[in-house]
Amino acid sequence: MQEITVKETMVKRAKELLADGTVTRVIGWKAGEFAYDSTPAVFESAEEIDKDFVYDGFCAANVSKYLVKESAKEGKILAFLKPCDTFSLNQLTAEHRVNRDNIYVIGIPCEGKADVNKIKSSGIDGITGIEEDGDNYVVKTVYGDSTVAKADVTADRCLTCKSKHHVVYDELIGEDGEDNPDCGRFDLVKKLEEMTSEERFEFWRGELSRCIRCNACRNVCPACTCEQCVFDNPNSGVAQKAAADSFEEKNFHIIRAFHVAGRCTDCGECSRVCPEHIPLHLLNRKFIKDIDELYGDYTAGTDTESRHPLTSYTFGDAEPSVVHERGVE
Amino acid sequence: MKYIAKSDLNLFLAAAAKAMKVYVPVDNTSGKADYKLWSEGTVVSGALHTTRSAKDFFFPQTENLVEFKIDHKKIDIIDPREERENFAIFGVRACDVRSFDILDRVFLSEPVDTYYKNRREHSLIISMSCDHPHETCFCSAFGIDSSEPAGDVVFTTAAEGYYVSAKTEKGEKFLADIGYAFEEKDESGAEEAKAKTKEIMARLPLAKLETSAFGAGKTKEFFNRPEWSELSEACLGCGTCTFVCPTCQCYDIRDFKTNTGVRRFRCWDSCMYSDFTKMAGGNPRLTQKERFRQRFMHKLVYYPENNDGIFGCVGCGRCLASCPIHMNIVKVMKKLTEESK
Repeated sequence: MQEITVKETMVKRAKELLADGTVTRVIGWKAGEFAYDSTPAVFESAEEIDKDFVYDGFCAANVSKYLVKESAKEGKILAFLKPCDTFSLNQLTAEHRVNRDNIYVIGIPCEGKADVNKIKSSGIDGITGIEEDGDNYVVKTVYGDSTVAKADVTADRCLTCKSKHHVVYDELIGEDGEDNPDCGRFDLVKKLEEMTSEERFEFWRGELSRCIRCNACRNVCPACTCEQCVFDNPNSGVAQKAAADSFEEKNFHIIRAFHVAGRCTDCGECSRVCPEHIPLHLLNRKFIKDIDELYGDYTAGTDTESRHPLTSYTFGDAEPSVVHERGVE
Repeated sequence: MKYIAKSDLNLFLAAAAKAMKVYVPVDNTSGKADYKLWSEGTVVSGALHTTRSAKDFFFPQTENLVEFKIDHKKIDIIDPREERENFAIFGVRACDVRSFDILDRVFLSEPVDTYYKNRREHSLIISMSCDHPHETCFCSAFGIDSSEPAGDVVFTTAAEGYYVSAKTEKGEKFLADIGYAFEEKDESGAEEAKAKTKEIMARLPLAKLETSAFGAGKTKEFFNRPEWSELSEACLGCGTCTFVCPTCQCYDIRDFKTNTGVRRFRCWDSCMYSDFTKMAGGNPRLTQKERFRQRFMHKLVYYPENNDGIFGCVGCGRCLASCPIHMNIVKVMKKLTEESK
């Protein structure tokens, strides 16, 4: 008997839920031109789903943020969420940015997504098709076929996946996974902490010097849902369309990291979308690590009720003087 | 025909760098390439594209246009421009060379943008033919032959080296001035390399991308098409496509108060942004759908309308590779012409 794939189950459930009126729309991913370039999309009928719906190792985009807009519309929408996406949805629910009642969540399993840039940087390009073959991808190109191990092209953020557990869902496809406290997601942060402040400054100056201020990191970020960002608002006095100097290059990213501190679920979308491959998630992970150390382990989006450590006062809170105690060097 | 082995490239660049500043694509720490000033020891990147295009040399992301120094009733107007030296950009691909023509039509027509013109006139373009195009390439759809780029000096890429020829007087003078002793080789090697590239280009997945449905006079046909909603629904409204694009040319100018007066600042703008062309009365494009449509209509209809039918896209594929949600001009073109197939 042929195994029913996750995608087939998703398609089946989507059609059933559309047919019985539970939902009026479905948000998922639409197939692209080259097998790796799917686009998040809303489907309204079984025909549309049959035509374009896709779910594979390259469907990396977190669709949670789209639910801010989609859940404000009339009728319920079915959202297929990977484990990391469910943390984003929970956080958005906690912040009253989505209407949870208008969302039907199906948790989908994720074994880690592939990063096509890793395939390309291994010298494979001219890609015309990619097929899964067990633990490998067979990449068809105009220059011939190549086989790459999935493990070798897994996105960095997935190599340090914090949890395969879905923190919110109405139903689940497959078995739920577990948290992975040993994922090593703070290893690079520790490396940065071990640098001298000059080395660290040089590291970030170098990385952020490539920033083109396209705002992709901000616009994709599920924690960045301000109606209007201060950087876009001429009345804010700090509006900035492009960084005129290296101070402004850093300013934008530091302000953003502070603004999402305690709210960032570490979904890694910021680094995924950066056209200049700046490891922006490391800024956020530094905050997460600090919060864990100063206030006790905390993962934003784990639930929708608890206040995050930076917005709830307790007698045990770290004093501002902790900055001096921890030292600059 | 002039020929230089790949292993000798640095000798040529060293000779060129004696005559003027030479910018070359260099790999950065993220595995992508940027243009950097060549100096001894610089390794030229083998990447097909730099992340940002070469338009930055003529139209930088930010610049100060003028400063007004105000002292009581006296206003001094200060032009911050410095005299520009000649400079060369090495390794420009055919698509990017064409993008300069597209920018020229905007910035060098009346009223001439003297900032752009100043830089453009001081530049020497050393282009390089492609020998390993990517699936995202579709320059041929716009009549560009990546095996035969334009430019002042052309490097035709072969397996072990480059065939070198000057295409303009400026290029000839440059080669004569630097006096680099090229090898002499039979032209057939260059022709062979070109034929090989052409053969690969023909097999690329976007080789047959159809442009004939678009162009001047098509505004009414495409402006109100219902597909724009679907095409734009996932758009994040970021500026990635516009900022990596070699032909996007929109900018914003603002005056900032300084301690002593006013600074007039110009920077790239993006039609994808919510405050693009915002005026006292508000923003003429209220939702992302209108902003998204603007970008593609500009490339495919408005630009040709104002520029003898020439499209405002060169098919470099940077937006295809960079868009966070993988929406791009190719998908737009295919969707809008789906029915007519």
